Amino acid sequence: MPRQHAALLATILVAMAVALFGGALNAYYLDVAMNVGVAVILVVSLNLVNGHTGQFSLGHAGFMAVGAYLSSACTLRFAPALATTAHPALAQHTLFFFALLVGGLTAALAGFLIGLPSLRLKGDYLALITLGFGEIIRVVFQNTPALGGAIGLNGMPPLTTVAWTYGTVAVTVFTITCLVNSTYGRGFLAVRDNEIAASSIGLDPTRYKVVAFTLAAFFAGLAGGLFAHLKLAIDPRGFDFFRSFELVAMVLLGGMGNTLGVILAAVLLTLLPEFLRPVAEYRMILYAVLLIGLMLLRPQGLLNFRLGRARL
Amino acid sequence: MSEFLQQLINALSLGAIYALLALGYTMVYGVLRFINFAHADVFMVGAFTGSYVAKHVPSGTLLGGLAVLFAAMAVCAVLGVLIERLAYRPLRRAPVLNVLITAIGVSLLLEYGVQLTAGANPRSFPAVFPVTRFQLGPLTVSSNQLVVIAVALALVGGLQWIIYRTRLGAAMRAVSLNPRAAQLVGINLNTVIAFTFALGSALAGAGGVLYALNYPSIDPFMGVMPGLKAFVAAILGGIGSLPGAALGALILGTAETFVGGSAYSTYKDAIAFGLLIVIMLFRPAGLLGRFTVEKV
Repeated sequence: MPRQHAALLATILVAMAVALFGGALNAYYLDVAMNVGVAVILVVSLNLVNGHTGQFSLGHAGFMAVGAYLSSACTLRFAPALATTAHPALAQHTLFFFALLVGGLTAALAGFLIGLPSLRLKGDYLALITLGFGEIIRVVFQNTPALGGAIGLNGMPPLTTVAWTYGTVAVTVFTITCLVNSTYGRGFLAVRDNEIAASSIGLDPTRYKVVAFTLAAFFAGLAGGLFAHLKLAIDPRGFDFFRSFELVAMVLLGGMGNTLGVILAAVLLTLLPEFLRPVAEYRMILYAVLLIGLMLLRPQGLLNFRLGRARL
Repeated sequence: MSEFLQQLINALSLGAIYALLALGYTMVYGVLRFINFAHADVFMVGAFTGSYVAKHVPSGTLLGGLAVLFAAMAVCAVLGVLIERLAYRPLRRAPVLNVLITAIGVSLLLEYGVQLTAGANPRSFPAVFPVTRFQLGPLTVSSNQLVVIAVALALVGGLQWIIYRTRLGAAMRAVSLNPRAAQLVGINLNTVIAFTFALGSALAGAGGVLYALNYPSIDPFMGVMPGLKAFVAAILGGIGSLPGAALGALILGTAETFVGGSAYSTYKDAIAFGLLIVIMLFRPAGLLGRFTVEKV
């Protein structure tokens, strides 16, 4: 069995074991661990676009919102009917699987529809148009009464477990690592390194960009679904521009295109506010100062080790 | 018809505020080619400075109002220069993305810094200018709207004069055309960039006070939405182009006011981004911007 497959399997098994004995562990730690997992999924998927493919998306939170809303709508609609079945827990988790899938696929569809026109643009302009689409997604949810409008949705069943979160983390990391290291995946790196050179050897840059964008949106949708069933209440303000920015900061901190680095960065930046809790008033100020200091002192990313970069 | 004219006056005063902000974005982009995300928070600091100074001047007088305005502009100009010196200058050769992240870091620092010192609750902004309402037939014009339009016109006129009639303005134009060539003919890049930040931030400070006058409550995050929208206005007009920024701001102000007054008013915030997407797709250089061709 190849190394990557073994790692995938091992992670899923460990996650399931932890979930089984989760009752004995501190609920606060479990909650933080699941938050970290959601951040890792988001960041690894964003890294496919921003890091490996060299595009700059500032609208990742929008896709997360699509996943969160659609999967919540599914569970809210069907969960009550499943409570009377023979195995309610099993039925609920089956439902959750399909709800996540619906969220992810809708997010992917949104990613495809948004990516197709906007990926013709580059650099700053691409960042802005993705920001614009991200905000529009948010405003649309805010104005859809069926999805709770400005109040959002609440009362989702608490279905997100460590097994679901880290299972998805494992699948995300596995898919993206294997994709980037495959023959096909070399195209992403080629597009990043030199778009004109890539198209001159017969690769279609737009196609690679759209594939990266759609796939990243899919995983962001999954993360959104997990997030919604972890927090049990979502509202449009939770998916604003700041959220997207936070993810970009994580990618940058970890080193663009460095999967291991961005995972560490996601863990670090998710845990940081927890550690700063005693000085809550100064939390965001410290966060901002750290961010500026980091950019000034170590612009290539704090955690950009050789180990995690795609092998060439 | 009278409702249309009334909305047009509202649109003009909103557009004027966007224009003051958009000019700062476009000037900084002109010389440094990056988006100064902290600009919106300089605007917020302007409003807060205004509210502090307003306590020490007689309220409701023209002179007091102007004093508040100038104080806010001066404080913001200094703040802008400081931000450039401490956060952006060390990164001048760094990739655009890093500068962008730093800018957002500065923006957060200002927001939460003000929140820590002034508190998170919205506070009311005093009426520093005399308040009257003029009745022109069926139209109502508040004196605040007139102040906004007059101040914006005066400032944009002054800016135009600085940029096209002074040596420093010529240097700014040279740097925005070609920074290296500008240095070769003896222009001090650091001075010009610092001056650009001072100018743009002073305009943002004035914009902050004017905005607070018309929407009389201020909070540490008040800059975020106007900032994003003014930025969209700058793009709409063609980033790097001063008349473009003003034009874009007026178009955006008009679109927003009319949508806000229609049945789709809850979509008001989406208008700016919708316009952004349309312009990005069909004319990425903006209405008055110049196209650049990518060369191999």
